[in-house]
Amino acid sequence: MVAPLLSERDLEFLLYELFDAEAMTQRARYCDHNRETFNAALQTARTVAEKFFLPIRQKVDSEQPTFDGKAVHMIPEIKTAVDAVIESGLASCTADYGLGGMQLPEVVANAVSAYLSAAGSTTLGYTSLTNANANLISAHGTAEQIEKWVVPMRDGRFAGTMAMTEPGAGSGLADLTTSAVKDENGHYRISGSKIFISGGDHELNDNIVHLVLARVKGAPQGVKGISLFIVPKFLVNDDGSLGEKNDVALAGLFHKMGGRGHTSTALSFGERDGAIGYLVGEENKGLSYMFHMMNEARILVGTMGAVTALTGYQYSLDYAKERPQGRLLAEKDPSSPPVSIIQHGDVRRMLLAQKAYAEGAYALCLLGAQLSDDEKTAETEAERKAAHTLLDFLTPIIKSWPSEYGPKANDLAIQVLGGHGYINEHPVEMFYRDNRLNPIHEGTTGIQSLDLLGRKVPMNQFAGYQACLSAMEETIAIAKQSEALAGFADDLSTSITTLKTTTETVLAATQSMTVDAAFCNSVSYLNLFGHVVVAWIWLKQGVVADAALSSSPHKSDEDFYKGKLQAMAFFFRHELPLTHHWATIISDLDTTHFDMQEAWF
Amino acid sequence: MKILVAVKRVVDYNVKVRPKADGSDVDIDNAKKAINPFCEIAVEEAVRLKEKGIASEIVVVSMGTKQSQEQIRTAMALGADRGILVETDVELQPLAVSKCLQKLVEKENPELVILGKQSIDGDNNQTGQMLGALTGMPQGTFASEVAIADGKVAVTREIDGGLQTVSLSLPAIVTTDLRLNEPRYATLPNIMKAKKKPLETISPDDLGVAVEPRVKTLKVEPPATREAGVKVGSVAELVEKLKNEAKVI
Repeated sequence: MVAPLLSERDLEFLLYELFDAEAMTQRARYCDHNRETFNAALQTARTVAEKFFLPIRQKVDSEQPTFDGKAVHMIPEIKTAVDAVIESGLASCTADYGLGGMQLPEVVANAVSAYLSAAGSTTLGYTSLTNANANLISAHGTAEQIEKWVVPMRDGRFAGTMAMTEPGAGSGLADLTTSAVKDENGHYRISGSKIFISGGDHELNDNIVHLVLARVKGAPQGVKGISLFIVPKFLVNDDGSLGEKNDVALAGLFHKMGGRGHTSTALSFGERDGAIGYLVGEENKGLSYMFHMMNEARILVGTMGAVTALTGYQYSLDYAKERPQGRLLAEKDPSSPPVSIIQHGDVRRMLLAQKAYAEGAYALCLLGAQLSDDEKTAETEAERKAAHTLLDFLTPIIKSWPSEYGPKANDLAIQVLGGHGYINEHPVEMFYRDNRLNPIHEGTTGIQSLDLLGRKVPMNQFAGYQACLSAMEETIAIAKQSEALAGFADDLSTSITTLKTTTETVLAATQSMTVDAAFCNSVSYLNLFGHVVVAWIWLKQGVVADAALSSSPHKSDEDFYKGKLQAMAFFFRHELPLTHHWATIISDLDTTHFDMQEAWF
Repeated sequence: MKILVAVKRVVDYNVKVRPKADGSDVDIDNAKKAINPFCEIAVEEAVRLKEKGIASEIVVVSMGTKQSQEQIRTAMALGADRGILVETDVELQPLAVSKCLQKLVEKENPELVILGKQSIDGDNNQTGQMLGALTGMPQGTFASEVAIADGKVAVTREIDGGLQTVSLSLPAIVTTDLRLNEPRYATLPNIMKAKKKPLETISPDDLGVAVEPRVKTLKVEPPATREAGVKVGSVAELVEKLKNEAKVI
């Protein structure tokens, strides 16, 4: 039997029991929907994933795209798969009906994409980036720009990218040098080099719409002088037909550790007269528009980290049930048949740790998806605002926790398979390589930790921080009413108290030492906060499972809920105590690594 | 040409079912349900005939509990035009299904009825044949190819010895085999469009059919678990074992 891509029962639990996706149908935008349409969309996603993505997954990994100096070449199966995603409507499933979309709520759309991501996250990259690009132009572009660029992206004729990184400006975006100069026709001419542009060139679609960050001549230094431009691969005439090729050249492809089917390109803008670009919004406000796409992309990155962990867990679980090897310590008879490896204590540890990481991470991402919907479609202004505040606060955690712990789960999946996990006959080593990108792109873990500690925590008089703590307190209050959960609720309470003191200490330290020294343990702070948040997410799942168990469910459901409670208990027992270690390092204002001089290395 | 297609709600083919502890039946209470795969092929064939301009309307019918609406809507998302649910909580057996279909054929006058050759839960393979007997319509079962021309349908059938092609006068019944086609999936916009297509609910009483089961299930038990194999030393030993132990030759 083939391992399932994802646990259908778990998705059902998350969507309908934990997040109550059916309640979304009360909102005007989703009133045509019901659980049946949600399930039908999930079914289509699963079919497309199994039919078009899964069979080519290994080939996409082993046969990377090539560049012959003129064009990009890739295996034709990628186009077939991308076309299937577009034709099925999955590529723009959240878009308006009028644009060919299905107007799915974000939380359902996230689960729909999860099937595709599990079966081929790299192939999915083309359409998900296009979607994020189209969402940005929809939010900040003019009606004319939406008509010209968003409509063809929604129906799959055009692809989209985000072009930020430069050879000399990656994490330090403030130093980017790509320039924009207004010509006599009022167009901007863009010149400069961009690298690591995913999907920057390929022949999968008729045209590619790059969203390029550049500096208008004479703009202020730093992030306050960055503007955003639409720079197409081919110019588009007023009637929508393709015009001549813009001054954008592919300089080369990068060869990556994972995610190999998704071209990573070096693009050269303006080798001749300057590439024609169209300003989005106002000059010098580009970064704030880009963050619209970036915040969405950060949830997507977390989701990819979590989903790759989920599918690796399912794969190694299936393997552990089937693979006979060795005997239990208590069995002294060498002629007894070997047991399945899932019988061994340490294999169960590795499986349960994967479950705790992957399902905790994914539930966190779905919370992010739900909040991003609430900030747009919740009934009252106050609810929308509250959702925005909490999501904005949680974004660095949603981005980084799944992308740090997703690869850890995949690492354990490899270990469960032993030598068989280290070879490419099984996909777990590829999952690890694919997943290893996630702590890096869209803001590294280090960047996220500074965003959390330096910006998000103190922002607006600690509004997001307080909102997050209150949300956790609410769950604790509910959990305390159950005998089975009260102990876990207390543990979380204790960790939150530690978190609060630690936060006060580290923020106060900026008065007594340099900010760089005070924040040198920012990643430990992110770990601490991340673990508290994921423990909370597990307690939320525990509350649902505990309640469901009391209404004598079907045997298969009983097993499922007990598994949820066991994974929650594992996280509280084996992972949550780590918060005290991180808290000590931070509160002691330990600067051991910060004090290490360059010459001492 | 109007086509009538029947679809059955069954346990999803991916689900591993188990008997209930008391041996009274198979435990499917909590299992995922889907369109019977052979019925899905029937829907696909009808939709292809419509896309070729041969069929003008596809009516999809299902029988069973209210939840069977889901399978009707799935079929409409695949391309059927309207649906009929014969709603009942009674366990339906092939004869009852055939009798309901007979009445629906009288009411709808389709020129072609396409059914799955069997359902993956009951595995009876009877409904198409019984409907043929009840209506007097010609039948082409186990179809792997269907071609319509000059008021006739040529059905290529998968039989033990190979392929047999029969020519039937319309109206006729076709039951589908696995190789007839590969069903499409429902695109997301079509899932939403299906919600707006008409779906009529009637009861077996409305059709004047008594649907009570005629066959009683005595006991359901799992198949014997497979035992570990042994390695034989020679062909002679293999033959000996097949003859005396397995008793298959």
